[in-house]
Amino acid sequence: MSTDQRMAGAARMPTYVGMPAFPEAARDAVRDTRLRRNLTHATTTIRAKRAAAVSELDDWAELRETAKRIKDHTIEHLGHYLRLLEEQVTARGGTVHWARDAAEANRIVTDLIKATGETDVVKVKSMATQEIGLNEALAAEGIRAHETDLAELIVQLGHDRPSHILVPAIHRGRAEIREIFRREMPGAPDDLTDEPARLAEAARTHLRERFLKAKVAVSGANFAVAETGSLVVVESEGNGRMCLTLPETLISVMGIEKVVPAWQDLEVFLQLLPRSSTAERMNPYTSIWSGATEGQTFHLVLLDNGRTATREDEVGRQALRCIRCSACLNVCPVYQRAGGHAYGSPYPGPIGAILSPQLRGSSSPVDDSLPYASTLCGACYEVCPVAIDIPEVLVHLRSRAVHGRAEKAAMRFAAWTLRSPTRLAFGQRLAGAAGRVLVRRGGIRRLPGPLARWTDTRDAPVPATETFREWWEKRERP
Amino acid sequence: MNAREEILRRLGETPAEPAAYAAIPRPYLRRHHEGDAVELFAERAADYRAEVRRIPGADLPAVLGALRGHYVVPDGLPADWTAGADVVRDDPPVSIAALDALDGVITGCAVAIAETGTVVLDHGPGQGRRALTLVPDHHVVVVESARIAADVPEALERLSPDRPLTFISGPSATSDIELSRVEGVHGPRRLTIVITD
Repeated sequence: MSTDQRMAGAARMPTYVGMPAFPEAARDAVRDTRLRRNLTHATTTIRAKRAAAVSELDDWAELRETAKRIKDHTIEHLGHYLRLLEEQVTARGGTVHWARDAAEANRIVTDLIKATGETDVVKVKSMATQEIGLNEALAAEGIRAHETDLAELIVQLGHDRPSHILVPAIHRGRAEIREIFRREMPGAPDDLTDEPARLAEAARTHLRERFLKAKVAVSGANFAVAETGSLVVVESEGNGRMCLTLPETLISVMGIEKVVPAWQDLEVFLQLLPRSSTAERMNPYTSIWSGATEGQTFHLVLLDNGRTATREDEVGRQALRCIRCSACLNVCPVYQRAGGHAYGSPYPGPIGAILSPQLRGSSSPVDDSLPYASTLCGACYEVCPVAIDIPEVLVHLRSRAVHGRAEKAAMRFAAWTLRSPTRLAFGQRLAGAAGRVLVRRGGIRRLPGPLARWTDTRDAPVPATETFREWWEKRERP
Repeated sequence: MNAREEILRRLGETPAEPAAYAAIPRPYLRRHHEGDAVELFAERAADYRAEVRRIPGADLPAVLGALRGHYVVPDGLPADWTAGADVVRDDPPVSIAALDALDGVITGCAVAIAETGTVVLDHGPGQGRRALTLVPDHHVVVVESARIAADVPEALERLSPDRPLTFISGPSATSDIELSRVEGVHGPRRLTIVITD
């Protein structure tokens, strides 16, 4: 990898400062019993509901296959559809900007806000602006970005990081949310309880003035229709509608892979996304607008940030189909135990494990470890509404990751052992004997010497005291 | 090379291929339920905690007249619908702060979707600008039966992308606390759907 490529990686999506590779980050998370309890509760609840919402549609498989094909066709002809989108948005009074990477996108948004003279902006939850670290970039220029999605607000007030695509504060239970609100939210009622309805009401009151006064809003987009220049934002709370409707200036930042060719494609995605994401037949609010609407000034920022590079990889490019529903997080046994922070990027879970290393395009300990943050059980592929074969991409990325000399030597030694029955039998007897020495509290916590690398991240199984072959030889014959 | 040119260069020559797009098979259903779309709509809208009433059109003035408080109505809403109600017309436009002080808003809709219990506004006559149905805390929407589409594909066929659209399924809600649904966040906390024949 050249220095240029490395620099490009750094300008794209920053790895969180001081972020350890997945195994170290996961170890701490797994020990956090409260985090595990919160995650287990939330993901189990949503899994059951999602399964019910999906089973209502007899043609789920057909919708999924069509969505996959539409996305693949769009990614193949991405240049064409982006030009068409630009033409249509411009014809309808919007202004389109292009950003090669995070730094460029942040610069564009900052300059647009500065031109309005405002120092406060309201924001709709957006993965793209998380990805580019927009809030931090704006803060450095003296602009305060106020997150308005309830979960994003919990994260922002808690000086925390998002840990889930749909519910960034999934790692927080209601009691913790109450504490954060009482500590950090000006005017939070003294008698605030931890009832979700009361917490939601506190957020409503807190943000009401802000919405009604806001002059500039920043959003993302779930879809953009090339042929009509229409943008789609799917949400629940109405904070999206507040941001999209009331301010005089709206700036939407959108990854270039969010474009779909035609209006009729929405009939597929508006059925798949809500059911797969919040397990609803339809989410409470969806806003669609084409260009500048009701006298608003509208800017669309088209973000590359590693997407064109990801598209180059024939296997890896399917990650660009993702519609950010987060179903893969909710079914993932690794995510459920490790939580979202361990993935070291705004995109956690199985999709994050294949998206982050590709978007960043860099070789770092975090990115090299992410493709291994999976048991390859395949549950993520099964629930994915656009049929991203996440295990396939994980294995593909593993082959690209850097393997150490010791690991290669160990694999060669294993192959040599397994090729000969005599060597295998000897090895098994040796392992059985070693196991009896090493076993502690019913398991092997730490292997000696260079093998300790293996037990850094897992316990080793205790070898059987008798091999199958030995038992077969000794068994009583009829 | 500017950003636009460079991104398009990275994407390579990707000409339009309308035939390839048209060849994408669409074997999914156009609707999931045959039969009475009105009944299904009423049931599904109620599932998401909208207050649903089915009434004869002639009863509309009496039903809307029974609303207590100050309601705003958009231009183009049939005057006889609200003949019995105490309403403020959004003409000249009511300020945002004044909208916030009102009790609610009464509108029609462009389309409704039976399968999902959704009401869609295209903000044309009788529906008002987008803020009108967002800021007041109670949204009363009149759905004439003929506007109810069976399912999502049919609804989108009936709608025009040239208009701003708002899809509404129940009152505002969140699942952000422990992934359990709570009604009532920033949008109207009450949604009343009045279905007329």
